[in-house]
Amino acid sequence: MEVPVLKQGPFLIATVQAALTDEDLVHLRRAMVERVVSARSLGVIIDVTAMDIMDSFASRTLREIAQMIRLRGAETIIVGIQPEVAFAMVQLGITLEGVVTALDLEEGLDYLKQKFDSNA
Amino acid sequence: MNQTIRVPIHTDKDIVAARQKGRALALSLGFSEIDSTLVATAISELARNIVTYAKRGEIQIHAANGNSKGPCIVVVAKDRGAGISNIKLALQDGFSTSGSLGLGLPGVKRLVDEFEIVSNIGKGTIVKFKKWKA
Repeated sequence: MEVPVLKQGPFLIATVQAALTDEDLVHLRRAMVERVVSARSLGVIIDVTAMDIMDSFASRTLREIAQMIRLRGAETIIVGIQPEVAFAMVQLGITLEGVVTALDLEEGLDYLKQKFDSNA
Repeated sequence: MNQTIRVPIHTDKDIVAARQKGRALALSLGFSEIDSTLVATAISELARNIVTYAKRGEIQIHAANGNSKGPCIVVVAKDRGAGISNIKLALQDGFSTSGSLGLGLPGVKRLVDEFEIVSNIGKGTIVKFKKWKA
């Protein structure tokens, strides 16, 4: 299941549509880093509302995406972590430390727009 | 109720299939969204351990008699891999031999109500957990 990535002005929005396999996550990591370079994006939003769970592999891969994109000079925001998913992540011992999160796509976009003071 | 769901585990797609079946059973037994997600997350971690360390194995999921609040879910993850030489160490936070996060087994233990692990060098590993309806 490929994750569609939309370009909106200086930002990229990746919307996870269903449960992701490890391979899907690795593919997403590569696609995001390539797209952020080719589109010269300032910020990336990854919407994980549709993710059924966030286990150690998924959270590690998302954190890696954020770190790689930061090295490129752009910012990543994870939005839409469901309450039960957040509950399980914390019990499992996952913190997503260093990664910006927001409630939903709207708040994620607001954050990026404020940060870059853009009209996107 | 006594039917056991068996999911062969070999690829990353099997990990998703196993955790989705676990969640579906939990929800059908009346488990909350949170507890069903805890079950699914624990299954995902155990299934990934099979793929990473043993290549092949099986996840078995069934409902069993629980307590006054209802049935419990029992999950068994079996493989015939190399086995774990030091289980005490494998149950410590931060321990991993594969360069991953190393949250696997201690993390799973925190998600569930009963947890046991039996491993024989050269023969494989069996992890079993139970989650009670809250």
